[in-house]
Amino acid sequence: MKPHRRKKLGIILFIAAGLSVSIGLILYAMSQNINLFYTPTQVAQGEVGVGQQIRIGGMVKEGSVVSASDSLLVRFETTDYVHAVPIEYEGILPDLFREGQGIVAEGTVDSAGVFHASRVLAKHDENYMSQEVKAALDAAGVDTSGHPTSLLPPES
Amino acid sequence: MIPELGQFSLILAFCLSILLGTLPIIGAARGNVLWMNLARPLAAGVFVFLGISISILAYAFVTDDFSVQIVAAQSNSLLPMRYKLTALWGGHEGSFLLWTFMLAGWMLAVSIYSKSMPIEFVSRVLGVLGMLCFAYILFMLATSNPFMRIVPLPPADGSDLNTALQDFGFIVHPPTLYMGYVGFSVVFAFAIAALLSGRLDAAWARWSRPWANVSWAVLTIGIALGSWWAYYELGWGGWWAWDPVENPPLITWLFGTALVHSLAVTEKRGVFKSWTVLLAILAFSGSLLGTFITRSGLLTSVHAFASDPTRGVFILGILGIAVGGSLLLYAIRAPLMKSEFGFGLVSREVFILINNVLLVVSAASVFLGTLFPMVYQALTDDLISIGPPYFNAIFVPLMMILVLFLGIGPMSRWKRTSTTYLLQQVARVAVASLVIGVVLPLIVLFEFSLSATISVALAAWIVLTIAKDIANKTANKKSFAKGLRSLSLSYYGMQFAHAGIAVMLIGVGLTSYFSSERSVLLAPGESVALGSYSFQFEGSESMRGPNYIADRATMRVTRNGAPLPNLYPERRIYLATGTPSTEMAIDAGFFRDLFITLGEEKENDAWTMTVYVKPFVRWIWLGSIFMALGGTVAAADKRYRRLRQRKQDQAKETLTSMEPSVS
Repeated sequence: MKPHRRKKLGIILFIAAGLSVSIGLILYAMSQNINLFYTPTQVAQGEVGVGQQIRIGGMVKEGSVVSASDSLLVRFETTDYVHAVPIEYEGILPDLFREGQGIVAEGTVDSAGVFHASRVLAKHDENYMSQEVKAALDAAGVDTSGHPTSLLPPES
Repeated sequence: MIPELGQFSLILAFCLSILLGTLPIIGAARGNVLWMNLARPLAAGVFVFLGISISILAYAFVTDDFSVQIVAAQSNSLLPMRYKLTALWGGHEGSFLLWTFMLAGWMLAVSIYSKSMPIEFVSRVLGVLGMLCFAYILFMLATSNPFMRIVPLPPADGSDLNTALQDFGFIVHPPTLYMGYVGFSVVFAFAIAALLSGRLDAAWARWSRPWANVSWAVLTIGIALGSWWAYYELGWGGWWAWDPVENPPLITWLFGTALVHSLAVTEKRGVFKSWTVLLAILAFSGSLLGTFITRSGLLTSVHAFASDPTRGVFILGILGIAVGGSLLLYAIRAPLMKSEFGFGLVSREVFILINNVLLVVSAASVFLGTLFPMVYQALTDDLISIGPPYFNAIFVPLMMILVLFLGIGPMSRWKRTSTTYLLQQVARVAVASLVIGVVLPLIVLFEFSLSATISVALAAWIVLTIAKDIANKTANKKSFAKGLRSLSLSYYGMQFAHAGIAVMLIGVGLTSYFSSERSVLLAPGESVALGSYSFQFEGSESMRGPNYIADRATMRVTRNGAPLPNLYPERRIYLATGTPSTEMAIDAGFFRDLFITLGEEKENDAWTMTVYVKPFVRWIWLGSIFMALGGTVAAADKRYRRLRQRKQDQAKETLTSMEPSVS
């Protein structure tokens, strides 16, 4: 091999090694920070381990919002009209948080099945349905007001 | 009738863009000067008709013509005039027209400020831009016509502009961001023109550089404005969220930054040619990717427009053809691009190469993190999200390494620099930076934190290396002032932009680690303390704005007992839609921001609220202003104009030499 070819090969090998190391690190960092999304039914059926960081999406159950009068604690339930999951959140809810609206919450489930949200997201556009909420409702086979989407009742 | 004229004008612009996208390029390939000379008038024509079109749309917004669909959807008769006018870009159709109009504006600028370049090259550049214009207008006419009417019964009033958009930030952020974004299309067109001609030389790099610098500067401001707006409007006290729609501008910016540096090497030393071309293609792809992500409805985010799958497919088509086509052309032409000069392992070329690799790797990691959830969903149907920790874990260390090299790069010389010389130059600077990094945060904030030390030390490193470099470069001049005058504008531009990084680093580092916030429930008369600040809730009152009603709280702010201006956070309800919205109150300062967001009213007139103290947060945007100024100053270097003059003469010669062959 000619010297300049060897130099070139060295550079290419160096770049390839650097690239694979950085891709490896990127993938590792990514795998550490993926939040999986679950529907209320999945959470209610205990598919989520205690303390695991997840996202949950569903509608805010009508009449479920209770906010403490002397603190920032808010309790409400999110539902896909099959199962509802109680959520506790300490903080100020987003502007568009309302009963009967779709929300996405990030947090963990405790051993009693209560979801402790660290963040609650509500969409800025009423007509717009967040992908997560839509997926949850589709999985349950209902539309946003809880009516079955197909004429046949869900099979389960 | 008038909106139809707007559409008619859009169709005329479309027809002209077909001609612009074909004739000049064919003319350039065949050496037909007549066809090449069509490029400038056609570009002006496309600009004029798009201008008429967008003006008519603006007129429809201003005159409350609710028979036009997007006016009815995005505006309201109660809306203040400034928002009526800007509601034009509050939705998908109007904002895309603005985007296309911006492209036409850049096109016009190229046709005016390109007198120095050979007509063959100009016609190719304008031709490529014409093709883009063609694709964008076709997209509008086919899937998202801004002039669509509601027939036969138009609504009596519009359903209002999204309340989150009714803000000064909305007036300035989208146009600036678009202008920066679209500016990279120009650099892309230059690269494609060079590939088409097969002549990638230093001249090409010299012509592209001012355009790349200006686009980069405008994009920097556009991103900073978005960050500033999100900071004060969204009310969560953050300035960057790694939102999937914030990321594409950042990806474009990172590629653009790499491009600005790589162009310098290509111009001065004639190397990295194919790499520079690739970066131009990548930066442009980043801007198209941004459009695709916001407009395809793939994402859920504050930025996403209502979705329509055909639009997504259409933009994906444009993206595929533009990027695929240019990469194909690149693959065909790349072997022609032989680099002529060698360089040593320690040289400015290598430092810029390191800069480029770091920037491209960080852009790639942001890209992966942004697109991975979408790809994952397409493959497995499971929804996932990737949180900010991922981006911080990758991005922050890469930027730190980049800053280390940023100090050394400008001191090194082209071709070869001796390692001992460099070490000798930076050794004392490095020690001084470390000392400053440890001591300064202690003095200012009375606290020690490793992160603050690192960011202050890195900022000091940048500033001190700049000072050292200027001292070196002026050392052999008669006086310091004379020395300063002898340095070129592009040198000042570079150092200005680098200093901007230092300013931003201080902002980012100190805000991220010394910010504090508290969410509390306060009854009138109660107060909350945060650090040395105390916030007392005086009470709330109802008030009425032009198109909203609001509850306004009065907060008395004191620092160590000394009074500061009162703050008045509001909670508004917009009348047209009944949407609630929080207006935070900010006391902005050079060294710290105080701000308050109002939550909801509880029993006994008590309110929930969040108070924040954010040290040095303004420095983040101050740094961006420095960077943008740097980019603009560098583009204004008289070197470009002088060479332009010389080229102009050359161009005349080539033109006269070509004329006989044409006739």
